[in-house]
Amino acid sequence: MINDLSQLLDGFGHILTPMNLLVALIGVTVGTAVGVLPGIGSAMTVALLLPLTYGLEPTQAFIMFAGIFYGGMYGGSTTSILLNTPGESSSVVTAIEGNKMARSGRAAQALATAAIGSFVAGLIGTLLLVLITPMMVAFAIDLGAPDYLAIMILGFVAVSAVLGSSRVRGFSALLLGLVIGLVGIDKVTGQPRLTMDLPQLADGIDVIVVAVGIFAVGETLWVAAHLRRRPTEVIPVGQPWLGRDDWRRSWKPWLRGTGLGFPFGVMPAGGAELPTFLSYALEKRLSKHPEQFGKGAIEGVAGPEAANNASAAGTLVPMLALGLPTNATAAVMLAAFQTYGIQPGPLLLTRESTLVWTLIASLFVGNLMLLLLNLPLAPAWARLLRIPRPYLYAGIVFFASMGAYAVNAQPFDLFLLLTLGLLGFAMRRFGLPVLPLIVGVILGPMAERQGRMALQLSGGDLSGLLGGPVSYVVYAIVAVILAWPLLRRFLSVRDRSRSGSTPAVPRP
Amino acid sequence: MTMSQPPAGSPEQAPPPVSGRGRDRAQYGMCAFLALAGVLVLADALGTGSATSSNDPIGPRPVPILLGALLLIAAVVYAIDVARGGSGEPEGGEDVDPTSSIDWRTVVLVAIAFGVNAVLIEPLGWVISGSILFWSTAFALGARRHLLTAVVAVALALTTFYGFAIGLGVNLPAGILQGIL
Repeated sequence: MINDLSQLLDGFGHILTPMNLLVALIGVTVGTAVGVLPGIGSAMTVALLLPLTYGLEPTQAFIMFAGIFYGGMYGGSTTSILLNTPGESSSVVTAIEGNKMARSGRAAQALATAAIGSFVAGLIGTLLLVLITPMMVAFAIDLGAPDYLAIMILGFVAVSAVLGSSRVRGFSALLLGLVIGLVGIDKVTGQPRLTMDLPQLADGIDVIVVAVGIFAVGETLWVAAHLRRRPTEVIPVGQPWLGRDDWRRSWKPWLRGTGLGFPFGVMPAGGAELPTFLSYALEKRLSKHPEQFGKGAIEGVAGPEAANNASAAGTLVPMLALGLPTNATAAVMLAAFQTYGIQPGPLLLTRESTLVWTLIASLFVGNLMLLLLNLPLAPAWARLLRIPRPYLYAGIVFFASMGAYAVNAQPFDLFLLLTLGLLGFAMRRFGLPVLPLIVGVILGPMAERQGRMALQLSGGDLSGLLGGPVSYVVYAIVAVILAWPLLRRFLSVRDRSRSGSTPAVPRP
Repeated sequence: MTMSQPPAGSPEQAPPPVSGRGRDRAQYGMCAFLALAGVLVLADALGTGSATSSNDPIGPRPVPILLGALLLIAAVVYAIDVARGGSGEPEGGEDVDPTSSIDWRTVVLVAIAFGVNAVLIEPLGWVISGSILFWSTAFALGARRHLLTAVVAVALALTTFYGFAIGLGVNLPAGILQGIL
């Protein structure tokens, strides 16, 4: 504990050099600017900005990532408040009340409560990250290959079955991701798999190319198919500020939102959607002005926005401690770690402790920088929303091509990018969620390696796949998630026979 | 507990289901794609040498075989879901008008612009191919001030080339402008 603190202080020592502070500043500024742009969520922000870090050494690269990570989040909330449609499902709630506030002339207050709430949630979330990550590492360090396999399978099942509205579509996306992860030469035996005899595929498909293809190119093609031809209305905004009454109404929702968001981020099936909706419902119930909800209640912006940010901080715990991404942004960050040859997991904290603590320290620094930047710069960010859409999406394709080409310097990757973009287009068209695919690409090869390691230890006996108590518990959770529709039907039938109430609407 | 519907007064009218009254039959195409992928993965796995050793008792084949089989199962379950009237909700977004029908002309133009860049990037270099990419994508998406678009495109390509390739050492080809830039 004391040791962790001193390492964190060392981390601050690393970031507090003029050069590194400049890198952090560039990270938060560019992250916010790109995050503000419509159509670009925080995962795509990180994926598109990866090339920025190619020329940097790992420490600086991660300082920049931390800035981009939080900056992209802040930027997203500005977009959803000032435009009337949310870009990401986690900012749907912010858009409801925030946009109503903006329309009634309270854009400044909505932006201020979102920015300060994000700061508070980011600060508390990062502190909790410091406390919990070492604990999770201490738990994870004794886990064996079968336990990891079990945790990864839980991750697969959770992102496919719990998030999103349709299980079969979630699992289909996951399987496609796992197959993409399979491509390349098998590391254990040297056998090529699914390489179609193309030498460029021997090393597998780079995760960055997958992320950029599915997010950036897929999104652009999807927007091309359905571009809103009328210009969107941007609400003018002045200097964000909060009156005394707004502060009084905001601070409790910030804290409650943080309390809801962080645990959901840490859980393998977390995500930010559920805590933002829960926070909204909670604030509506606790509010002294429930009649204002749906018309621009400041609590309805403060709570969900804090929940969103705290959940983002929470997702870093399993990512750093277990190497398990639970949202798309964390998945892309994990991919970025891999491009530096760094394998997240329980050993990361001991092997690369400087890097990790510098990353965490720069989360604190970036968070503070964002607060100082965002309040005065809000009118400038709002102007970014007026970029003509043809230029915006042409720019996305332009930077996507540049980033994907730069990974391996081969034109082949651009064709791959286009193919993946078409896949991303089809997934958007048919409502297949993107996250399971990305998680499958990243975790699939790791899961296979753990599984084969487990079997190697047991000499090929399948019982080797079941490890100790940890994997029993994890598989039990997996079984409950998989059987949930049946369980729920059973429970609601019993419920109905008892109380005569109508059953819940079944999900497809 | 569908979480996709906002609790009250959604800012935009809720998008009507694309399927309308009838079923969204195009979804069968996605099922077919999944099945095809499954067959492909299975065929590839069966063609792979089964190199097992004491070090690696299962070899490279079981995982692809499992995934191929699961893909086939997913395709069937998906098709059953579609047949029973299930449909996935097309993704929304700030600039997406979900009520409009797919504008294939724009999609194809953007895809062609992208492919042209992939072909030209090495012979002509990033500055030229990137400019063409930006200009033609913007054109496909409706930009009509051609000269302004061209200026933006060239400026962007030059900035990124100098900033990333020369400044940060990122791999971008100079192509025929080698020595001039």
